[in-house]
Amino acid sequence: MERTRLVFSGSGGQGVITAAIILANAAVLFENKNAIQSQSYGAAARGGATRTDIIIDDSEIFFPKVIQPNILVSLTQESYNKFAPIIRPGGLLLVDSKYVDIQKKVDAKHITLPMFDTVMKEIGKPLVFNICMLGALIGISNLIKPVSILKVLETTIPEDFMAMNKKALELGIEMGRKKRY
Amino acid sequence: MKDNNIKFIQGNEACVEGAIYAGIDFFAGYPITPSTEIMEHLAYRLPQKGGKFIQMEDEIASMGAIIGASLTGNKVMTATSGPGFSLKQEALGYACMAEIPCVIANVQRGGPSTGNPTHVSQGDVNQVRWGTHGDHAIIALTASNHQDVFKITVEAFNMAETYRTPVVILLDEVIGHMREKLVIPKPGEIPVVARLRTSVKKGVDYHPYLPREDGRLPMSDFGAAHKYNVTGLFHDMWGFPNNDPRVVSELLRHLVDKIENNVNEINMYKEYWLDDAEYILISYGSSARSAIHLAKNRRARGIKIGVLELQTLWPFPSEMVREKCVNAKSVIVVEMNMGQIITQVKNAVDNPRNVFLANRIDGELISPTDIKSILRMIQGKGV
Repeated sequence: MERTRLVFSGSGGQGVITAAIILANAAVLFENKNAIQSQSYGAAARGGATRTDIIIDDSEIFFPKVIQPNILVSLTQESYNKFAPIIRPGGLLLVDSKYVDIQKKVDAKHITLPMFDTVMKEIGKPLVFNICMLGALIGISNLIKPVSILKVLETTIPEDFMAMNKKALELGIEMGRKKRY
Repeated sequence: MKDNNIKFIQGNEACVEGAIYAGIDFFAGYPITPSTEIMEHLAYRLPQKGGKFIQMEDEIASMGAIIGASLTGNKVMTATSGPGFSLKQEALGYACMAEIPCVIANVQRGGPSTGNPTHVSQGDVNQVRWGTHGDHAIIALTASNHQDVFKITVEAFNMAETYRTPVVILLDEVIGHMREKLVIPKPGEIPVVARLRTSVKKGVDYHPYLPREDGRLPMSDFGAAHKYNVTGLFHDMWGFPNNDPRVVSELLRHLVDKIENNVNEINMYKEYWLDDAEYILISYGSSARSAIHLAKNRRARGIKIGVLELQTLWPFPSEMVREKCVNAKSVIVVEMNMGQIITQVKNAVDNPRNVFLANRIDGELISPTDIKSILRMIQGKGV
């Protein structure tokens, strides 16, 4: 596979870092790939633009940070404004329709999906917004198999919350698949 | 997956798994970013194997607690970052003098003082060497990936026991916090050195500071079979204070020689494409990842460049560095400080004028592009 460099960005508490860890975990434990996940530490954990970097590849990864992401996910306007300029030309930009208003064109495929609104409508709890985003991402890109993500969820999420997470993942995948390009 | 030996974890957790593999019995610490996860995970992992974990009132007390616990026969460790490591220096010197095996992990952040808590730095390299006062020797190990963090942690415990000395594991924020794969080695895959205990029976005179023929000092669990004294003062073979010039000179030489005479046994390093390298990058810790990334990239373009990754920083492996660099046109030391290991490299190589520094000190991980700029300058190509 080609080296995939991702940046997930949003606001502290939205679960972008958790989503990144789940994705990288799935790649390493269930798809026999190499992955590295890192994140910005600091005041971002209490609101403000938070960012996490993920690199997935078949070969060994040395420099662990992402400079130009192939895939940028932004779940807030602030993080979109901050990180949209660093996207790799020809990359993928995924944003949430409730939180982000696309303001200027960058050389990337823009996809806006109503992830937050769908989660609130179908599940009613914002808790699984990040899992829906993860579903949308793998629906669009085929980066990781849904079953691998599910296996990670099964080992990290309490049983009572599993159904909700699975539903959110499926909703995301369904939305994402329609936007596959 | 629960029993699986493949993990996707932070570097700090890899250090914990290494400590568990090495047989840690006791941990005392005080939380500080970016080392806190070591403490957090040991609080969970140690009781699982019957070990003891305690959060002390501060870093000084933590160091005192592990020294005491080690004397009673336990394998011990503490973890901290720069500000806490400064506080530990007095007791660290005591452990050097009293020859008490212990492991101290320092996950570096920006300094001096409270500095830049959540960002990376490699500014404590010289503090590790000379942070505590007086002539002494110290062992410090570092690594650039989780598999190696695991390995050097096991070796740190081994060396602490073998040489009866404090050993510092010098990580940095990037390695400590980033997540990557770790495959836990099977039991026995990495040898584990057990505490060397005296064969002297109870009631028979035991000399805690009388070396065997091979130079090692068998220990007796404090408070068990034998009564003996432990002090930070210069001491005789019974452990009692003594300032006889002959005793002082012999002990100090012993403390330094037991480590400096074993540089080759203690030295751990990795090399990449060094055989025909005209340009050699010398690095360690997270900055070595950027150095390897750049070298791999430049090799693909036909430039004869290689990387010497140091894992043992102290005692500094001068002879090995000299030999590896003997045919190099230029040597670039890649580190995230104002130039600490470069001083050692300049002292080691035949031609110190060909040694250059590629550094970054703003709290961001040095990038392959940063190193490339320095390389181009040296090649006379401009940036």
